[in-house]
Amino acid sequence: MAQKISFKDTDMQAVIGWVLRIGVIVSISIVFFGGIIFLYRHGQEVVDHRKFTGIPDFIQSFKGIIHGIFTFRGQAIIQFGIILLIATPILRVIFSTIGFVLEKDKLYIFISLLVLLIIFASMLSGHAG
Amino acid sequence: MSVLVFTLIILIGSYFAGLLGSLTGLGGGFVIIPLLTLLLHVDIHYAIGASLVSVIATSSGSAAAYVREGITNIRLGMFLEIATTAGAMTGAILAVYIPTHYIAILLGVILIFSAVMSLRKKSEQIVKHKSQWAEKLKLNSSYPTAQGTVNYSVTKVGGGFVMMLFAGVLSGLLGVGSGALKVLAMDTIMRIPFKVSTTTSNFMIGVTAAASAVVYLQRGYIDPGISMPVVIGVLLGALSGSKILVHTQSSGWLRWVFAIVVAFLASQMIYNGIIGKI
Repeated sequence: MAQKISFKDTDMQAVIGWVLRIGVIVSISIVFFGGIIFLYRHGQEVVDHRKFTGIPDFIQSFKGIIHGIFTFRGQAIIQFGIILLIATPILRVIFSTIGFVLEKDKLYIFISLLVLLIIFASMLSGHAG
Repeated sequence: MSVLVFTLIILIGSYFAGLLGSLTGLGGGFVIIPLLTLLLHVDIHYAIGASLVSVIATSSGSAAAYVREGITNIRLGMFLEIATTAGAMTGAILAVYIPTHYIAILLGVILIFSAVMSLRKKSEQIVKHKSQWAEKLKLNSSYPTAQGTVNYSVTKVGGGFVMMLFAGVLSGLLGVGSGALKVLAMDTIMRIPFKVSTTTSNFMIGVTAAASAVVYLQRGYIDPGISMPVVIGVLLGALSGSKILVHTQSSGWLRWVFAIVVAFLASQMIYNGIIGKI
């Protein structure tokens, strides 16, 4: 029995390692690609980030970002990559939850669901604020 | 300054931040906020957002390698993530109400604390004492070493949990990984072997940062033009750092250099915070 559990634990380690690696590689590639387009189109403009003014309107909503990607706007593509990057560790928690379900570890299914719930609540609080 | 020049300066600065951060184990996000705010006069909100994104990238990248080696204690990380994510959410909400110059001062203090922590001597400790909570939560585990598998136990679960809550708040408030606090909680309170606490802390940093990043993203703190060179630079720097670490012994003088640089930047942050320039 103990043998079986430890086998599943190493399985989970492999999957988590894989999720994190792919997540980082894919999202950073997208950020890099968007960065080149952004610099090509806006490289000569003058920057001023001294005052906090938020981010441009067209990347404020997810819909706007998707629209921006299809119209080839660098900042929208970068922002999409960043969202994927933020999603990577969250995805890792989801995969761990599945792992604990497979191991039938009820306590840790509960714990990982609780972590997901907190992140979800955080997402909603940002929406309200 | 044109966008192109601005981007190149951040890219180079972030590369060295990532390199030093990975060589010393402090993490690259540390120097990014002072670099952006003091040198390039970027508003601290944008700097915090960009730093947070780079923290997620480096933590996820290196966690991927550690997890497969089997050193990371996934259950312990998962359990403590309840505390760090709840803390991070609180920190991100608090960030709206706290004036920026207080945030700058607090960041300076945490930077100095972390620099001092990085100079501390590390000794491997193995505790065999069985704690009731650690048993119930299945936190006791083992890890592979050159001498074979070592079993260890975890103590003072409650104390460690509270400390993690605090580490989470600071991470959410300041946009840093607060790895030093996490290691402190696991090392000195929960008495976990150093190698396990470092890798498990690293494993938790990504999720902790993500919990506050989802708030910052919606508030417009994460600007693509600033975050792009920061995250690429820090990640490339951290990658070369880990390549160097494989070939050379981690050097004592490098830790000192980095600690002094960090302490200098930290005092600048505190000074600018006090005179209200940030």
